[in-house]
Amino acid sequence: MSIEIRNVTKQFGEVTAVNRVSFTVSDGELVGLLGPSGGGKTTVLRMIAGLEMPTEGDIFIRGQRMNDVPVQQRNIGFVFQSYALFKNMNVARNIAFGLKIKKWKKADIEARVAELIELFGLTGLEKRYPHQLSGGQRQRVAIARALAPKPSVLLLDEPFGAVDAKIRQELREWLVTLHHELNVTTIFVTHDQEEAMEVSNRIVIFSRGNLEQIGTPREVYEQPANEFVARFVGVMNVLDTEVRGGIARIHELEFPSNGHPEGSRLRIGFRPYAVQISNDLSLLPYRAVLRHTFFLGIMLRLELELPSGLILRSRMTKEEYAQLGLEDGREVSFQIKNYRILASENAKLAPEMESHYQPPPTIGENI
Amino acid sequence: MAGIAKQKLGAGYAKSQRGTEESPLAKWTLITIAMLFCLVFLLLPLANVFVQALSKGWSVYVQSLTHPDSWAAIKLTLLVAAIAVPLNVIFGLAASWAIAKFEFRGKALLITLIDLPFSVSPVVAGLMFVVLFGLQGYLGSWLQEHDIKIIFAVPGIVLATVFITFPFVARELIPIMQATGTDQEQAALTLGANGWQTFWHVTLPSVKWGLVYGIILCNARAMGEFGAVSVVSGHITGETDTMPLRVEKLYNEYQGEAAFAIASLLALLALVTLGIKTYLEWRQHREYELAQQSAAAESSDTFLESKSKNE
Repeated sequence: MSIEIRNVTKQFGEVTAVNRVSFTVSDGELVGLLGPSGGGKTTVLRMIAGLEMPTEGDIFIRGQRMNDVPVQQRNIGFVFQSYALFKNMNVARNIAFGLKIKKWKKADIEARVAELIELFGLTGLEKRYPHQLSGGQRQRVAIARALAPKPSVLLLDEPFGAVDAKIRQELREWLVTLHHELNVTTIFVTHDQEEAMEVSNRIVIFSRGNLEQIGTPREVYEQPANEFVARFVGVMNVLDTEVRGGIARIHELEFPSNGHPEGSRLRIGFRPYAVQISNDLSLLPYRAVLRHTFFLGIMLRLELELPSGLILRSRMTKEEYAQLGLEDGREVSFQIKNYRILASENAKLAPEMESHYQPPPTIGENI
Repeated sequence: MAGIAKQKLGAGYAKSQRGTEESPLAKWTLITIAMLFCLVFLLLPLANVFVQALSKGWSVYVQSLTHPDSWAAIKLTLLVAAIAVPLNVIFGLAASWAIAKFEFRGKALLITLIDLPFSVSPVVAGLMFVVLFGLQGYLGSWLQEHDIKIIFAVPGIVLATVFITFPFVARELIPIMQATGTDQEQAALTLGANGWQTFWHVTLPSVKWGLVYGIILCNARAMGEFGAVSVVSGHITGETDTMPLRVEKLYNEYQGEAAFAIASLLALLALVTLGIKTYLEWRQHREYELAQQSAAAESSDTFLESKSKNE
């Protein structure tokens, strides 16, 4: 394995930014650290780089313990959120900086810079200064500069945070292509779950300094380890129910209690795609009014209002929508195909979004 | 193209129709008043310095400057500036670095202290040193025992000048360093640079123009300072007279031409300082404009589009 984080804790004064986190990244992997801001993901990235020192725990890169190795000798490439290009140097000198410091031969530096300029599509911009570049160009220079000394790990802090939405999408695809070509172990930080899902081989999810789950995008989406992950990755309908007469109820909705005792409270979650809609009012068990339709491109998001006032979110393709002849204000029938119990009262139901909560044994059970 | 031309025409048209435009009378009255003020209170006196200095011809002018006592004053002023300015450059770099890049207790206090010389009367500043190092001062007897002369000697003048010019470099650098942040330095570290390489290749170039600006202001004040230096110097002719002190002494002794001759040097220094300052500001402005232009020109990023077409 390329990088190992073992039981790492980081405290800033009284604040615990990272709390006993352990994970490993294999050679050549592209891993996204995902979480809300203040979750500790950037601190983890900076500790791998050596820009922050862990309060406790160990960091290994290629089997070598890095705690006492200064940032200069860790052989990492770091791309800052602001790109941090050297303002007083042009593109070529920015890229060459690390090579000059490492005392490469002049001819080798020139060859390497030329190679990177070509690879990153910066031809013709060699003599430009950072303030003469567009956001996307700046980012490519920053990545080229970080990669120039051939680091064993590439670390990127919010790499797409500073460019506008149009270029963002293209840059994501470009990063995946680049990673495919260079095959350098890459870790990036993002607060955008869509970005993490699209780009990463695996995602590490943080919240309030704790590691919540590691897995492929599919795993964290389909088998979230806990309520935080379930709610943070993708959209989810969340309902608090109470078991009465062997059935968990909220307003008109009913779910099997799965052996939870009478009177206990269950927090139930289901993805929008689990809400199946029909225009035949007698076909499916529940009724609702289609309150609003959001057009998101190929997919549409539908807001259903139940007679009790409860709002649920569903989604379907444009074609399905047209087939059913739906429009805002129409009455429909629906069912919930599958759901999961996110929390139950016996497990000491944690407050919303609390991260430390341990999943009860029923997690992952679908109907 | 036609669209752009039209836009420009439109902008010009809109300008002349602006509702807030003053009448030509008000506009020209204001401009005339401002110009007259500058002429009467700034330009005329300044020109007069040179006229008076040269009123008895070049030879008298040169003689006044090369008089041994005047020449001594010129050399002393240069010496004091040559010591005070580098000291304040080092201090200014250290203080602005500490304030911009670190969080520490007493930071607000340090910022306030840096401004102290601006808020204290120079005479009081000079007196502080007399009270501290003078014969009757706290350290006076100890200094005398060890045969160290500070007050009424060159070290005192240097101390007073350093104190007075303390804020100039730091004040210029703090906002620049704060705006730059620490990202570039950290980037240099991740690329393998050590502390000194980072300072030399990254930090210093990024504050270069601010530093030059601070140095010329600091130098102008160091050479021109009167009040604080007057208190500590003791006015020993040919020994502890700086140029401003020499000007005053000559003037009081009714040697107008000689006084104006030295004053003209100080005035020249002021003009050069203003010239450099204007050039630096013009340069910065031009860099900013260039950045704006290229940002506008480069707003469409063709690389990604062409790349995705190729694939």
